[in-house]
Amino acid sequence: MTIKTEEFLLNLGPQHPSTHGVFRIVLTLDGETVVKAVPVPGYLHRGIEKIAESRTYTQVIPYTDRLDYLAGMLMNWGYVIAVEKLMGVEVPERAEYIRVIVGELARIASHLVATGAYAADIGGLTGFIYTFRDREEIMDLFEMISGARLTPSYMRIGGVAYDIPEGFIEKCRKFLDDFPKAIEEYNGLITGNEIFQARTKNVAILPAEKAIDMSLSGPVLRASGVNYDLRKARPYSVYDRFEFEVPMGAKGDCFDRYYVRILEMEQSAKIIRQALDQLPEGPIKGKVPKVIKPPRGEAYAEIESSKGIMGTYVVSDGSTQPYRVHFRRPSFVNLGYLDEMLKGWKIADVIAILGSIDIVLGEVDA
Amino acid sequence: MENLFVNMASGMRSLLASAGLPDTATDFILMFLKLGAILVYILISALWLVYMERKVSAYMQCRIGPNRVGPLGLLQTTADIGKLISKEIIIPRCADKKLFLLGPILIFMPPLAVFAVAPFGKDMVAIDMNIGVYYFLAVASLSTVIVWMSGWASNNKYSLIGGMRVVAQMVSYEMPLILSIVGVIILTGTLNMSEIIRAQENVWFIFLQPLGFLIYLIAGVAETNRAPFDLVEGESEIICGPFTEYSGMGFAMFFLAEYANVVLVSVMATTLFLGGWHAPFGLTFIPSWIWFLLKVYVMIFLFMWFRWTYPRVRVDQLMEFGWKVLVPLSIANIFVTGIGKYLYQTIRW
Repeated sequence: MTIKTEEFLLNLGPQHPSTHGVFRIVLTLDGETVVKAVPVPGYLHRGIEKIAESRTYTQVIPYTDRLDYLAGMLMNWGYVIAVEKLMGVEVPERAEYIRVIVGELARIASHLVATGAYAADIGGLTGFIYTFRDREEIMDLFEMISGARLTPSYMRIGGVAYDIPEGFIEKCRKFLDDFPKAIEEYNGLITGNEIFQARTKNVAILPAEKAIDMSLSGPVLRASGVNYDLRKARPYSVYDRFEFEVPMGAKGDCFDRYYVRILEMEQSAKIIRQALDQLPEGPIKGKVPKVIKPPRGEAYAEIESSKGIMGTYVVSDGSTQPYRVHFRRPSFVNLGYLDEMLKGWKIADVIAILGSIDIVLGEVDA
Repeated sequence: MENLFVNMASGMRSLLASAGLPDTATDFILMFLKLGAILVYILISALWLVYMERKVSAYMQCRIGPNRVGPLGLLQTTADIGKLISKEIIIPRCADKKLFLLGPILIFMPPLAVFAVAPFGKDMVAIDMNIGVYYFLAVASLSTVIVWMSGWASNNKYSLIGGMRVVAQMVSYEMPLILSIVGVIILTGTLNMSEIIRAQENVWFIFLQPLGFLIYLIAGVAETNRAPFDLVEGESEIICGPFTEYSGMGFAMFFLAEYANVVLVSVMATTLFLGGWHAPFGLTFIPSWIWFLLKVYVMIFLFMWFRWTYPRVRVDQLMEFGWKVLVPLSIANIFVTGIGKYLYQTIRW
């Protein structure tokens, strides 16, 4: 007797527990093995870039919160730095330091979500709760400094909205002191687990050349062994004053992509510690006119966000509203190689690979 | 206390006999009463285990867990079941309606049937079958067919994948499960559960068969489809596997059956390896059935501990581990046990 077999189509998403939102992948499967994968983004598209054209420059800031909503501070930063470049505004030193502190806190928060969600993707739900427990501390810090937890809208063109409140520095230091113990816990619970390693090591190896070709950035690129971090390569703000390393992976498999984030969190904690020590006194906002009217022209500026290089392109026609705003969203660009990466792996690996890229749908779909 | 349930049964018997019923009728009624008692135990146990699972997981995850409904949240699962009963049972348009509805009805049958031979305490076994272990293995694996059937009948791709995984997993893990038990059977020379327990009066078989116990434990987790072998449900991959399309009470039945199966595997582990109702350290003032249940719940706690610690293995790793590690190990275990028994019998060593 001959059994006829055929490939079948599985529509993974947009509503699926592990696509980190509303991402959709159309998989062609041969049993459990992926033959072809077609990513379909766009289910969370809100047209932020178009909305920005009918808002004033300051009014765009809350919309940037909703790009990568796991690291709203960094998204704020990526936008304001472009407008500042366009206007030629000088940002006071204290504001730069505060930006570094909240930015690195946001990076830790974002990586904590990535780590925990990755553990949940692999099937260990407990890791998820542990990272979220510690992320909560950062959310509390954000609430102290900006009044909001997830969408702070804290940065302003030329500085930050409010000065550091009383008790913030102590609380932040306490968090940093407790953090190494927390990392140890993650390593014990997630990283060191045999099953976790079996599931992630040697899965979907991304060669360095390919990663560069596809313009990937952030932890995904560095996991492949490429030493490129904007904070080191082209220091913006005051990053040239801090001592830190750029963690890199050796192989570029899922495990490296996961582990680079853990190492990066340690480095971020190191940066925050230094920034708190060096924090100067002074104003928190530069000399910016009440009505922001950048001169006619265009500017592009980029920062190293938690997911990769976040760039903002702003065109001004001399009015109070931007003529055009474009965001280079790292999550979206990092997805570029996904279809190739998924080929030949099992359904369970699809989730592991997607999780290791760490996408945020707010950013992918803008 | 020791003979509480045994006395209740004999009291019932004499009551029925004094009412002038013939012996066969008394036996018949008594059998039904025993099975009814087991049914009540399983259902209450399943409810309790859902609560226990939530509490255990909560404490492992630095949470508190249910604490609002009833004292300490004890009525939480009851409330949940009430909610699920009141929900609409949705039948997908393209599903095979009869098989789809049959799944949740049948899923409770195998565990119920197997519990009939479970020795809950000294002389406390509903039906003392002389092929108890064999019966357990044969009937317990039937639930695979039911899960597969429900997955296929749902006409959903996730369900189908889950259903296929059930079969693959059962075939690969039933083997080491059976082979790990063979060691115990070699030692005792019987398939009767009560006699296996009686043979452990001096030393529990976990000490004579440590490897067998380990293999049984791993294969047992796989049999109950719990983490790290919960590929069948694989929440983060295939939504809920074969149960994806079920709603309301249909889903609840699968949910509770999972816990009934966990109890079942733990009962077997206790019977075969942990000395059944025998009291350790001569603590015989505590009734045997309390000891038995205590051991069962320790085993269940172990299963929960696994579940809330380990991530999920991949389907090919699962197969590889089953066939390339567990099966050879369990065969080696049988070999060593056989030689050991032979040496013991010939040279009295």
